[in-house]
Amino acid sequence: MNSAVIVFPGSNCDRDIAVALEQVTGRAPAMVWHRDSELPAGTDFIALPGGFSYGDYLRSGAMAARAPIMRAVSEAAVRGVPVIGVCNGFQVLTEAGLLPGALMRNAGLSFVCRPVALTVENSQSLFTAAYRAGETVTFPVAHHDGNYQADEATLDRIEGEGRVAFRYAEPVNGSARSIAGILNDAGNVLGLMPHPERAIEPAHGGTDGRRLFEGLLEAVA
Amino acid sequence: MKALVFITLKPGVLDPQGKAIHHALEGLGFAGVQDVRAGKLIELDLADGTSEADIEAMCRKLLANTVIENFRIERMESAPRPGSGQAPRPGSGQA
Repeated sequence: MNSAVIVFPGSNCDRDIAVALEQVTGRAPAMVWHRDSELPAGTDFIALPGGFSYGDYLRSGAMAARAPIMRAVSEAAVRGVPVIGVCNGFQVLTEAGLLPGALMRNAGLSFVCRPVALTVENSQSLFTAAYRAGETVTFPVAHHDGNYQADEATLDRIEGEGRVAFRYAEPVNGSARSIAGILNDAGNVLGLMPHPERAIEPAHGGTDGRRLFEGLLEAVA
Repeated sequence: MKALVFITLKPGVLDPQGKAIHHALEGLGFAGVQDVRAGKLIELDLADGTSEADIEAMCRKLLANTVIENFRIERMESAPRPGSGQAPRPGSGQA
């Protein structure tokens, strides 16, 4: 699998996800700078990492979503290349219009940084095929703006289409319907606030995130 | 010319920051505050003649996230420059 990790000024989980991808796929991802306009030829997986791109100016993810590289990311997503956005990457995907809804300030106003329990809602996607539907997994979260909101019609639609990939199994940030991660309508774009790349090896305190990348590798390779 | 863009959360969108400000005002002893909604004000310094449609496009493409936010544009035409022939005469009393 030829992965690319997009690096924005202020990204701070780009190395975490690069290490996870290298461990699982055996190949180091290309680190692609936000000012680039093209992805390396043959890229078959794109990761938008966590962090505070552009200092969260204007809105979290707003500036990054308009960065030069995002045109190539959008085109690849439309062609069906799998794209994952973790934390700030999820915010970038909603701001770029690749996923519906928006991520707002946590309802409790505090930055939340701890492992949280999630329920796998859809185990049929490219990203979740290695999980069982209804399974509880633990991924760390670390965010201030993770409160997922969309209008009722959008929420009903994504629920009805099985596009809620992960749901919080405990109160975290006030997200509508406890949504932690969603898929696009084609199922090749996943955005989630929790960090699977920080639950890869036992030293992380858990390895529940590893299967996301293993399942993806199996699907893509 | 200048334009002011007021960005506010849509009605019904929960505003935790507004709520926190509200609680803080109550904590300071200000009674009678019914509700607080926080928003943003963006001041644009624009070339004269920039169209309303252009400013609106700026709002839709970047300044506001229309999933959760509304925007309102207020244009402020530049005052005529001295010596341009259009400046009001001193003391004319005309604005």
